[in-house]
Amino acid sequence: MLQRLASPRTGGLLALAAAIVLLPFLLSNSYFYDIAILVGLNAIVCVGLNLLIGYAGQISLGHAGFFGLGAYGSAILASRYGWPPLAAMLTTTLAVAALAFLVGRPILRLKGHYLAMATLGLGIIIFMVITTEDKFTGGPDGLSVVPFSIGEYTLRGERLWYWIVGALLLFAVWLALNLIESPAGRALRALHSSEVGAEVVGIDAARQKVMVFVISAVFASVAGSLAAHYSGFVTPGKVAFFHSIELVTMVVFGGMASTFGAVVGAAVLTTLPQLLTVFKDYEMMVFGAVMMGTMIFLPRGVVPSLGRLLELRRQGAASRSDPRT
Amino acid sequence: MKTTQAKTSIKRSLAVLAASCALFTGQAVAQEPIKVGAFLSVTGGAAFLGDPENKTLELYVEKVNAAGGVLGRKLQLVSYDSAGDAEKARTFVKRLIEQDKVDLIVGGSTTGETMAVVPLVEAAQIPFISLAGAVVIIEPVKKWVFKTPHTDRMACEKVFVDMQARKLSKIALISGAGGFDKSMRAECLKVAAKHKIEVIADETYGAGDTDMTAQLTKIKNTAGVQAVLNPGFGQGPAIVTKNYRQIGIAFPLYQSHGVASKEFINLSGAAAEGVRLPAAALLIAESLPASDPQRSVVVNYKKDYEARFKSDVSTFGGHAYDGLMLAIEAVKKAGGTDKAKVRDALEGVRGYMGTAGVVNMSATDHMGLDLTAFRMLEGKGGNWTEVK
Repeated sequence: MLQRLASPRTGGLLALAAAIVLLPFLLSNSYFYDIAILVGLNAIVCVGLNLLIGYAGQISLGHAGFFGLGAYGSAILASRYGWPPLAAMLTTTLAVAALAFLVGRPILRLKGHYLAMATLGLGIIIFMVITTEDKFTGGPDGLSVVPFSIGEYTLRGERLWYWIVGALLLFAVWLALNLIESPAGRALRALHSSEVGAEVVGIDAARQKVMVFVISAVFASVAGSLAAHYSGFVTPGKVAFFHSIELVTMVVFGGMASTFGAVVGAAVLTTLPQLLTVFKDYEMMVFGAVMMGTMIFLPRGVVPSLGRLLELRRQGAASRSDPRT
Repeated sequence: MKTTQAKTSIKRSLAVLAASCALFTGQAVAQEPIKVGAFLSVTGGAAFLGDPENKTLELYVEKVNAAGGVLGRKLQLVSYDSAGDAEKARTFVKRLIEQDKVDLIVGGSTTGETMAVVPLVEAAQIPFISLAGAVVIIEPVKKWVFKTPHTDRMACEKVFVDMQARKLSKIALISGAGGFDKSMRAECLKVAAKHKIEVIADETYGAGDTDMTAQLTKIKNTAGVQAVLNPGFGQGPAIVTKNYRQIGIAFPLYQSHGVASKEFINLSGAAAEGVRLPAAALLIAESLPASDPQRSVVVNYKKDYEARFKSDVSTFGGHAYDGLMLAIEAVKKAGGTDKAKVRDALEGVRGYMGTAGVVNMSATDHMGLDLTAFRMLEGKGGNWTEVK
């Protein structure tokens, strides 16, 4: 029983649920709720992206593109054509999944720098289409989005959104943890260590890679749709290359191949700019210093490095108290 | 050993944190200042807008405070860098409203950032003066939203009025892919008919293009074109101007207020000779005649800014100046910071002379500028001169 609690699939999930439930006691006004919601949305994208980067070992520098497609798909269908937001979101998600599936196969044949470049290109193409097709997207000035509604009921207010995003994040993490522990997840990890080795033992590498690519794109697209409805406005900034880099940074910062690391990375990097406004003109410098410091002292990312540190300490204490060693 | 070190360092940082908290609350309690919130693109792609705006706000908040403040209260500027990101702008505005509890907001360097926060300020019922250009901000009128810069539609109209005076009615447009270009092109197409202008060619170029000869050749070969208008921003218009002369197009070339700066003449050199564009009076501050009612405002702002920051003044900083001054005037007239009263006072501003022109707000016009706010300039001998 205790062992089950200590495993990430139950213990970690419970801890995350507790954090989500208890957090509102610290959130004194809607500005703090807003930050918490942004953390949640970014975390959903990062949990998906982490499956691709951390577990399957494939890089994507175009994930803001999928996020943006989700946001703009929902925005255009719901606001311009008056679709019910839920239907708009589901249609958009399916379309993004189909797109990821179509481009995934050729793109994921590439490795290393070439894969990075291909995904980068994909992201930039999506960005360019969104900025130039201003008849649909509003171009560089952006587009207003109607609030999310189900039937007659409209979702408004930060508190309500907080619980929705919190529940979805929990669901996303649960999904990711289960996937990792499934045969497909083990296949992915095998792929990460050696693609040739994985193929030798009978893993269909191409299929696994495309699958995880599609899953991570779907996570990003859903988060994008929700973000669009929540903030009521979309601009191409969220689709831009820099946002892709931000997402990858969150994953690496929190710790690759750690689902909770992705959540921590998203939380830290979303709140940090808000905390650092105290430094005024030196904000970006301090931000850079924090990033560098973390990477130097916690090279495997925050969560895995700290986990390892704890582990070493526990081992040290155990060996000292044990007279036989 | 290590743990005690860690503990003391934690204690020390906690002490620093506590001290800084005390410092902040201490400031807030000492006197009840008028809190002016700002969110500007100080860094990022739109820094050319946000940077002078931020500097201007800081400079004048300081100046106003040195002169005794407003209604005997000091101004306090709470400014955040939204880096051209609409999402960040939204979060910072929430912070200004909920956390900093500002009395009014001046900011929003870009149209995207402004439009993203409009629902928030409307819901919170707080006066907001935007520094962005597009017409959508004030049309339809939003109860709590005002703006200081000219719109691109006014620039189009100013150009078209000048064209009419020169008996030019068939024109070609050439524009870029940026937000400014697209918005202005659309506005020009909308108001062209009103001024009996017919757009018979409409070319575009990409963001990074370094040669527009192909598009211009096409325009040159379009029968009937009498003038060309380039609603453009950034490097593009300078290249258009150079190419224009290189392939020897004879009819007049108009540029937009987006490139109204000395920099444009420096970039395009001799090719800028004879190019016309609409611009705010700030660009020709010193050469305005003494009788011009706007002269003292623009000359003083230019002097203050250039003396302090040792860099050329820009119209964007001027928009921030106007925004802050309008806010101060409204607070004075309202006799305090009651949000509804300040809003009503803003709407009631008449005959305020700013760097952008005379402002006459009304319930149906939350910008209050008319076409006289623009001056028609022409490149002559390496400088801009006003066309009379």
